[in-house]
Amino acid sequence: MKWNLIVDVGRCHNSQNCYLSVVDEYAGNEYPGYTAEMPLHGHKWIDILKRERGQAPMVDVSYMPTMCNHCDDAPCIAAAENGAIKKRDDGIVLIDPVKAKGQKHLVDACPYGAIWWNEELEVPQHWNFDAHLLDRGWKQPRCVQACPTGALRSVFTGDEEMAVIVKRDGLQVRGPELGTRPRVYYRNMDLFEKCFIGGSIAGIKDGKEECISGAVVVLNRDGAKIAELTSDDFGDFKFDGLDPDSGAYTVEILHPDFQSKSETVNLGESIYLGLLSLQTR
Amino acid sequence: MALSFILYFLKWHLRIACWRSPEFAKRLKEKNLVAQFKIADDSDGRYFEFENGKITSKSGLHPEPDVSVIFKNQRIAKDLLIPPIDYQKQIDAIKNFNLMMIGPDEQSNWLTEIILEAGRVGWRWGTDVGHGEIRYTNHTNGGPVFVYTKDGKIVRLTPIDFTDDDAGTWTIEARGRKFSPPRKTSLAPHGLASKSLIYSKDRLLYPMKRVDFDPNGARNCDQRGLSGYERISWDEALDIVASEIKRMNREHGPGAILAVRSSHHTWGNVGYYISAYVRFTNIIGASTTMLNPDSWEGWYWGAMHHYGHSMRNGAAEIYGQVEDCLKECELIVYWASDPEVTNGVYGSFEGTIRRQWAKSLGIEMVHIDPYLNETAAFMGGRWIAPRPTTSPALAHAITYVWMTEGLYDKDYVATRTTGFDKWRAYIIGDDDGTPKSPEWAEAETGVPARDIRALARQWANKKTYLAAGSMGTTLGGACRSATGAQWARSMICLMAMQGLGKPGINFGNLQFGAPIDYNFFFPGYAEGGMSGDLANTGSAINLYQRMPHLLSMNPNQQSVPRLKMPEAIMEGSAEGYPIDIRSIEGQFIPVKYPAPGHSPVRMMYKYGSSYISTQPDSNRYIKMYQSDNLEFVVTQAIWNEGEVRFADVILPACTNFERWDIGEWANPGGYGHDWIGQLNHRVIGLQHPAIKPLGESKSDFRIFHEICKRMGHGAYFSEGMSELDWVKRMFDASDLPKHITWKKFLKKGYFVVPPEGEKTRPATSYRWFAEGRKKDVPEPHPLPGSYGEDFLDGLQTQSGKIEFESQSLKRYGQDPERPPLNKYIPSWEGLHSSDLVEKYPLQLISPHSRYSFHTKGDGKGSSINDIEDHRTQIDGYYYWIARLNGDDARARNIRDRDLIKLYNGRGAVICAAQLTERLRSGVVHARQASAVYDPIGKPGYSTDRGGCINLLTPGRTQTTKTHSAAYNSCLIEIELWDGTESQTAAGEAAEIGGEVPAEAV
Repeated sequence: MKWNLIVDVGRCHNSQNCYLSVVDEYAGNEYPGYTAEMPLHGHKWIDILKRERGQAPMVDVSYMPTMCNHCDDAPCIAAAENGAIKKRDDGIVLIDPVKAKGQKHLVDACPYGAIWWNEELEVPQHWNFDAHLLDRGWKQPRCVQACPTGALRSVFTGDEEMAVIVKRDGLQVRGPELGTRPRVYYRNMDLFEKCFIGGSIAGIKDGKEECISGAVVVLNRDGAKIAELTSDDFGDFKFDGLDPDSGAYTVEILHPDFQSKSETVNLGESIYLGLLSLQTR
Repeated sequence: MALSFILYFLKWHLRIACWRSPEFAKRLKEKNLVAQFKIADDSDGRYFEFENGKITSKSGLHPEPDVSVIFKNQRIAKDLLIPPIDYQKQIDAIKNFNLMMIGPDEQSNWLTEIILEAGRVGWRWGTDVGHGEIRYTNHTNGGPVFVYTKDGKIVRLTPIDFTDDDAGTWTIEARGRKFSPPRKTSLAPHGLASKSLIYSKDRLLYPMKRVDFDPNGARNCDQRGLSGYERISWDEALDIVASEIKRMNREHGPGAILAVRSSHHTWGNVGYYISAYVRFTNIIGASTTMLNPDSWEGWYWGAMHHYGHSMRNGAAEIYGQVEDCLKECELIVYWASDPEVTNGVYGSFEGTIRRQWAKSLGIEMVHIDPYLNETAAFMGGRWIAPRPTTSPALAHAITYVWMTEGLYDKDYVATRTTGFDKWRAYIIGDDDGTPKSPEWAEAETGVPARDIRALARQWANKKTYLAAGSMGTTLGGACRSATGAQWARSMICLMAMQGLGKPGINFGNLQFGAPIDYNFFFPGYAEGGMSGDLANTGSAINLYQRMPHLLSMNPNQQSVPRLKMPEAIMEGSAEGYPIDIRSIEGQFIPVKYPAPGHSPVRMMYKYGSSYISTQPDSNRYIKMYQSDNLEFVVTQAIWNEGEVRFADVILPACTNFERWDIGEWANPGGYGHDWIGQLNHRVIGLQHPAIKPLGESKSDFRIFHEICKRMGHGAYFSEGMSELDWVKRMFDASDLPKHITWKKFLKKGYFVVPPEGEKTRPATSYRWFAEGRKKDVPEPHPLPGSYGEDFLDGLQTQSGKIEFESQSLKRYGQDPERPPLNKYIPSWEGLHSSDLVEKYPLQLISPHSRYSFHTKGDGKGSSINDIEDHRTQIDGYYYWIARLNGDDARARNIRDRDLIKLYNGRGAVICAAQLTERLRSGVVHARQASAVYDPIGKPGYSTDRGGCINLLTPGRTQTTKTHSAAYNSCLIEIELWDGTESQTAAGEAAEIGGEVPAEAV
C-alpha cells in the first residue's frame, strides 16, 4: 500500500490553506529523521500556480497546487550523494536532513522546482507528505485536512487500485514526458493547459438589442466540425479544451431568425470574441 | 451552624491545596496578611493568618486584620459559605450590603482569588498525544482549533476532526440526493497563520513610554508617530495610566477620557471587548466611541426602512435557507457577494461545501461585482460588472423590465407590499420623465442593456435566490459607498416583486440557514460577558439572569462618533447618528459631541491599533494623534504596528492563546443573533492557555484589573474572581452542563452540539410572511411594541408589509439623500464628479482582506505576507497588491509587479501592480486593512509604503444624516513609482519630505 495525492484543479480556489498548514507544521519545528526547521518566509513547499484565461467579461481563473511529486523515478534520488534521499516502501520520498546537508545541487535536480534551499541550515527541503505525522497514525497530511474545498485528497492504496482510479477519472501528472512517474495526480488539468474560444451573441428584436439564446454555434477547424454548442440566456458560448497555439478556427453562428455569421480566429491563448451581432433576416 | 465552625474547614481546604499543588503553595507565599471573617455585630468570627505561605486560623476577632469579610448575620453567612456557591445569593448580598469586604484592593482580591483557586487544584486539562506533545483547544476568529504544545512552546494548530463520541451530523435530502457535511471543523487562513502571529517578532513584550513624553513636564504631543520609546516597568506604566485617569477627572471633569476600540477582538467571551473592556470603561467613566454600523451600513441606514429588522441592523432572517435553496432554487444571483473571501465573518469555510452542493445540483449562478471575485471564479457563471457605486441603477433597470413585461409576482405585490404604484411611477418615468430603462442604466453602469434584459428575464422566470451582500442573507456587499443605502434598499425592493419567502425564492448564498440546533443556549460574545452592562450589551436578554453578576453602568453619557473622531478631537465638535436597534426610527436621533456639560476629550485609552488602514481618510486619524488637545494617549495592544507608535504609554496585551477563555464558534449573539446558523456543526470551545504570556505581556482582563485595583475598584471589576473562575461561570450559565460535566469539558476542550431533528428544524425565513401567516421563525424580533396589530403579525414596518415607499423615511423627511422612494442619486464622488474626474479618473474599490482578518493576520512577520495575492516581495519589501485592468495599466506604462503609486487629494499609497482581466477598465481593486503603516515622510502627510489603502478613501458619510462609511466612492489616479518621493498631484497631501521616522522600538 502506498501514498498518493490527487489534486483537483477544478476545486482549488486559492485559499492557501495548504501552504499555511505546511508553514505551521514546519516553521519553528524540527522532526529529527524527517525534516529540519522550515524558514518562516521564502519557501513554498506547496506552491499554488494561477492561470487566468480570457478577457472581460468572459474570464475564468484556475489554481493548481504544486508540490514534491514523490516520483517513483525521482531525479533527485539519482542526483543525491550518500543516499541523502530515499524512497520509502509506502511511496514517500524523504530528504534526510542530516545526510543532505550542503547538497545545494539537489535544488536544480528537481525538474518541478519542488526542492527549496534552506540558506541558514544549508539543507535542501521539500514537502514530505507529512511523513512524520502519518507515521504517528494521522490519517492524512495536513494540507488535505486544511483544504476547504476538497481539492486535495490523499489515497493510501496499492498501485493496481491506484491505476484503476487514474484511468477511471482521467487523472494526469505534471511533466509526463520527463519519465519521473509522479505519485501526485491531477484532475481537470485542462483548466490550466487548454484554451477556450468564446463569445456573446446579440441581435435586434422589436427594435432593441437582445442577447440571443438558443443559437447553434459550430466550431470548425481545417474545414471540419469539431464541436457544437447552443448559446445560453446571455447569448454566451464557450468552446473549451482547445490546445493553445493551435492555429485557425472558424466559429459559425446559426439562428432561424437571423442571418448566419462566421468568425475566424487564430488561437494563441484563450480568446473572448466579444459581441457578435447578428443581422435580422 | 456558626460561622467560625463553618470556616474551620477553610484552613484545611487551603492547606490540602498547598500539598497537592506546588504552584498553589507558591501563590500562597505572595502575601502576608490577616483575614477576618465575622458577623456584623462582632458576635462571631474566625481569622486567618497568612505568613510566608503558611496558614493558621483562630476563632474570634483579631485586633488589626488587613482584610475583613463581614456577614450581616449567621443565616447569610451559612447561605453563602456552604458550597456550592449560589451566585445569585452572593450578588444579592453584596448589593444590599449584607456581605461586605473591607481592606485594600490588592489584598482583598488576592484573598478571594486564592480561596477560589484552592478549589481548582484538582482540575486537569489537555490531552497527552504522545511524542512529548500535549493538545489543547482554542478559538481563532476563523474557527476552533486544536493547539499542540511541546516543552512550553506551540508546535501546531489544526482544525478539529470529530470522533465517534462527538454528536452527529445532519443530512439534507434534495432532488433525490442526500447531503451531509464532513465531520470536522473548517479553519480560515488567518486562523491557520496563528502561530506566526503569536510568536511574531513584533509582539509587544513589555510596557513602554514615549521618550519625549513626561506626564509631569513636556508632553510633546506633536511628536507622536515620530519619537522612539523606552522600556518601563508595569508599575511605572500603570501608575502613569491610573494617575492620568484621576487627573482627567479632577482637572477636566466627566467626559475627558475617551475609550477607543475597533469592531472585532481576539476570541473568547470573558476577554472580548464587549465584556472586560466595557466593564472597565464603565468603571473609569470613559466617554465611549460610537461605532458606525460598519458591517451593515446601507442595510441599517437604508434597507431597514423597507422591511424592518432593526435588531439585526437591517439584515434579513436567516433560517432554513440552506435546505430550501438546495431543494427548490434554480438560479442564484450573487450581488456584491463574495463569501469565499468574507467567510460569513467568523464562519471559516463552512458554506463552501454547501455552495459546491448547489453547483453540483445544476443551480445556475450569476455574479454582479465590478471585480470577478473569488466566489464568482470558483462557482462559475455569468459575470456582470457594473461600475462601482452604480448598482442601484442596475437594480432599477431590472425592475423596469419586470414592470414593463409583467415579470413579477402580482399577487405578492398586491397583498404583501405597499406603495407599488408610486414605485412604478418612478421606475417607468411617469414622475420625473426619465424611464429607468436598461438603456438608461447602460449609460450609468456600463452594463449593456441587452445583458440587463437577459438577467431580468432569467431571474423572473426561475426560482431565484438573491445573494445580497457578503453573507447572502444581506449584510456587507456594496453597502459602503455614497450609494450604499440605495443599493441595499434596492435589494429589498427587487425581492418584494418576486415573492420573498416562497419556495426557492429568498435571500442567501448557502452561507446562512443551516439545520443546526438554534435552541441550545450558549452566550455569544455580544451578550456582554462579565460586563454587567444591561444598556449597551445583550446581557439583559439571557446572560444577566443565567450568570448573576454585578451590574455596571457608565455614568458618562458622552460618545464620539468613530468616523468623526478626528474632527471631534481637533476641532472640538462632531455630530453623528447612533446604532439603536430598538426601532427603525432610532437612527434618526442625532448624537452631538461634546455632550452638554461634559468635558471635551483630553485623553485617549486606545484599545488595539487598526484605524489607520480600516477607517476612511485615515490621514485624519494620524493628524488627530498629533494634536495638543490629546494630552495623554495610552494604547493597549498585542503587536507593535499601526497606531501603536502614536501612543505615550504602551501596555502589552497577550493573545487568547496565552490566557483562559471560553467561546462558541461564530457566535456573537446580540446583533448577530443565530449567526451560528452558518455552521455545519455548533462547536463550543474551552480556550486553554496553551503557553504562558510572552515576555511581560498580560491578558486584557488582568491589565484592566490592575488599573482598577489602583483606584479601589479591583473587587468590583473582577468580583474577586480570576478569568478561569469567570470561564467556569460562563459554562454554568449555558446549556452545556445538561450535556457534559465541567471536568470532562475542561479536559477535552470542546463540545459539539447535537444537530436538530429533522421534524423540528426551524421554518424557512419569510415563508410565514409570503403565506400571510404569523411569524414562525425562532427570532425574538422585533419588540412587541413594533407590531402594529397582533403579535407576530407582519414585519416591523408601519404597514407590517414591505413598503416600496418607506413610511419611516416619509415621517422623517429630513434627509433629501434618502427619499421615501429609493430614487437613484449618483455617487457624490464618482464619474459624475466633474471637478475630480479629470485628475482622478479611476474608481477604487477596497473590499475586505482575503487571507487576513482585517489587520489581524497582516504584517508583523505573519506567514500570510508570503501569499502572492496578499503581498508580494520586491527587493526585500512586502508590498500590498493593487489590481488593475490591462488596458489601464498599459496606458500608464505599468506592467505586472511594477511598483505604483495610488493617489488622490487625500493621500498616496505605494502598491505592487497585478494586471488582470477580472476588472473592467476604469476600476482599481485593492483590499483594505494593512497592518503596516510606513510613511515615507511625515506621518499623516506623506506617501505610505505599507499599503494603507484607506488613506485614499473619503471621510464623508454616505448621506449627511447618517453616521456611515462610504469607502467605495473613491476616485484615484495611478502612476509608476520610481522609488523616490515627489509632490503629489494635489495640494493637501503635500510632502514634508526627507527622513523615514526613527525606529520606534
